[in-house]
Amino acid sequence: MTGKTLYEKLWDAHIVRADADGTALIYIDRHLVHEVTSPQAFEGLKLAGRQPWRTSSIIAVADHNVPTTDRSQGIADPVSRLQVATLDANARDYNLTYFNMNDRRQGIVHVIGPEQGATLPGMTVVCGDSHTSTHGAFATLAMGIGTSEVEHVLATQCLLTRQMKTLQVRVEGQVGPGVTAKDIMLAIIGEIGTAGGTGYAIEFAGEAIRALSMEGRMTLCNMSIEAGARCGMVAVDDTTIEYLRGRPYAPQGELWDCAVDAWRELVSDADAVFDKVVVLDGTAIQPQVSWGTSPEMVVPVGGRVPDPNEEADPVKAEGMQRALQYMDLAPGVPISAITLDRIFIGSCTNSRIEDLRAAAAVIRGRKIAPTLKQAMVVPGSGLVKAQAEAEGLDQVFIAAGFEWREPGCSMCLAMNADRLQPGERCASTSNRNFEGRQGSGGRKHLVSPAMAAAAAIAGHFVDVRELSS
Amino acid sequence: MKAFTQHTGLVVPLDRANVDTDAIIPKQFLKSIKRTGFGVNLFDDWRYLDKGEPDGNNAQRPLNPDFVLNQPRYAGASILLARKNFGCGSSREHAVWALDDYGIRAVIAPSFADIFHNNSFKSGLLPVELDEAVVERLFREVEAQPGYQLSIDLAEQTITTPSETLHFAVDSFRKHCLLNGLDDIGLTLQHADEIRAYEQHRYQQAPWLFAGVAAE
Ligand code: SF4
Repeated sequence: MTGKTLYEKLWDAHIVRADADGTALIYIDRHLVHEVTSPQAFEGLKLAGRQPWRTSSIIAVADHNVPTTDRSQGIADPVSRLQVATLDANARDYNLTYFNMNDRRQGIVHVIGPEQGATLPGMTVVCGDSHTSTHGAFATLAMGIGTSEVEHVLATQCLLTRQMKTLQVRVEGQVGPGVTAKDIMLAIIGEIGTAGGTGYAIEFAGEAIRALSMEGRMTLCNMSIEAGARCGMVAVDDTTIEYLRGRPYAPQGELWDCAVDAWRELVSDADAVFDKVVVLDGTAIQPQVSWGTSPEMVVPVGGRVPDPNEEADPVKAEGMQRALQYMDLAPGVPISAITLDRIFIGSCTNSRIEDLRAAAAVIRGRKIAPTLKQAMVVPGSGLVKAQAEAEGLDQVFIAAGFEWREPGCSMCLAMNADRLQPGERCASTSNRNFEGRQGSGGRKHLVSPAMAAAAAIAGHFVDVRELSS
Repeated sequence: MKAFTQHTGLVVPLDRANVDTDAIIPKQFLKSIKRTGFGVNLFDDWRYLDKGEPDGNNAQRPLNPDFVLNQPRYAGASILLARKNFGCGSSREHAVWALDDYGIRAVIAPSFADIFHNNSFKSGLLPVELDEAVVERLFREVEAQPGYQLSIDLAEQTITTPSETLHFAVDSFRKHCLLNGLDDIGLTLQHADEIRAYEQHRYQQAPWLFAGVAAE
C-alpha cells in the first residue's frame, strides 16, 4: 500500500460518514465567522428553530466593514453599521467567543485565528470567506465556504463535500534575498494560472517553502484560492510547533506534548502519490508585480507589460486586451515606469508582524515620494499593531509619511471608507486585482510588502534589491 | 432549497473568461443582511454607467447600452452562457443570490470556480459544464439567432438546442437534492447520532481540538 498525502490524512481523520457516490460528511473543528457572510446563515438557523451544534468551535470577529480610523465614534455608514450590529447580536444570542470592534484582539479573521492558537494542526477549519485557505499553513484542512454552508456547519458541525484531488507544488532551492513568500506565490500563480488549482488541494513543499516562517507560509496558503484551489497546506515541522507554543488557545502542559506527538505525523508520507506535481526553481524567482486584472497576470519587476498580440489563445488575448484597457497600460512598458497614486500595506495576505518589519526595513530613514496621494499601513490585528508599536515600527512608517491605521480588511476590498477613486493606481500587498476590487475604476498592482515599501519611496515600481543596495 | 427540474428559456451570452464574484456582485452590496434584492445590482459595474450604492434608486441610473444584459434582444433571459472559470474569487453566495434574483436559472460554462459551483446548488441555480468547443458553438448560435432558447432537463441531464441534444454530467447527490428541493441540513441531521459518535471518538484521540474557546 502506498502512503498518504497530508491532505488524505486530514480528510480520512474527519469523515463522519461517506456515501458510495463519493459525497462525505466531514467534521469541522474550527468555525470562524465574520459579519459579511454570516447574517443570512444565523437568520436561517433561527427561522428553522435550530441551535448551533458546538459553540466552542466558533470564533467571531468583525473585520470587513470596520473603520481603520478612530473607532470611538462607531461606524458612520448605516448599512455597514447594521451588518456589524447584526454580528454583535448573534454573538450575544448564541454566546459566541467574539472579538468585537473595540477588543484589542480584533483583526482580520485569518490573522487572529493563528495568532490566538485557535488554528491547530490537524484541524478542519472553515469560514465564509475564500481566504480561509490561509490556515492551511498549519497543516489544517482549511477552506472557504458559502453562506448556506456556514448555516450547515452551524447546525450540524459538518460539511457535506467531496474529496479533492491532490496537487503538490514544490519549490526547489532557496530564493534569493529580497524575494518573499508573496513573490513565490505570485510566480506560482503566474505559472499554473488562476484555474490551475481548481478541484485540487495544494500542498506546498520543497526547500524554499521549508525555509519560510509561519507568516510566509500563511501568505502562500492564503493565495491558494487565487490559483483556483479551495485549500492549500504546508506540512508540520519545528517552525509550526514553535509558532504555536504558548499561544492563548494552544494546548498546555501534558496535553501540549501529546498534541505535538500527533502533529509530527501531519506530513505527506515519503511514498505518497499526488495526482499532479508542479516544480518551480526557487533560485529563479524574482520579485513580482501584477500588471493586469487577474492574479495570474504577473511579471518580474525587471520585466515589461506583455503584448496580447503575442498570445496564441484568443480568449486569453482578449482578456489581456481588456485588462490593459482597464489598467491604462500599453504593451512593452517597463514595469519600473509605472507610477503610483497610493500604497496599501495590509490584508490577510500581508499584514502580519513579519510583513510590517519587512516594509519598515526598506522605509527606515527614507520618505515617501511627494507624488503619492497616500500611503497607508493597516495592521492585520490589534495585537500585530501593538507588537509593531512596541518595536517602534509605527514611528518608522509615520516619519516616512505613511498613515498608521487600526486593523481590518480596509482597502483590500474597500467595503469600509478606504478605497481608490476611479483611475487611481495603487501598489497593494493584498491578493486580488480584479476590476474595481479596491474601489470602482481603481487600478491595483499586487506586490510584496517590501516591494510596496520600495514603490512608496520611489513613487513608481522599483526592484527592492536595488533600492536597498 | 428551491427545486430545479426542467427549464426552457432565453439565453444571454457573456463573452468573458474568469468572470469573478466581484464583477457578479460588487462588494458594496454585500452589506445587506438579507438574501434577496441583489438582482438589480447583478454585474453592477458593467451594467450601469454610474457607480451603484446599496439602497440606491436603480431605476434612475444610466444603463450601459453596450453591456449584453441591457440589449433588448436578451431581455428576460434566464440562462447565462459564460466562459471558463466562471465565478472565481470570493466565497460570497451573494453572487448566486444576485443571479437567481435577476431570474437566471442556469449558467452554462466550460468550467466553474469550486466555491461558486457549490453555492449554486444551494439556491437552486444549476451550473452546467460543457466542453469548451461546445460552448464556443453555442456562443456562435446564440449570437446569430435572436430569440435563441435552450431547454434543460436535469433528470435526463440533457440540454436541447434548436438543432441538437447535448448531455451533461452532474454529481448524483446534488442532482437528487436539486430535483427534490431537499434541505441539506435536514438530511444531515438525520445522521446526528453518527456525528455524536464521531465527536466522542475524536475527543478521546485528540482532546486539544475541543478545548473550548467559549463556555458551552
Ligand atoms: S483582508 Fe481582504 S481578502 Fe482578506 S478577508 Fe479581508 S477582504 Fe477578504
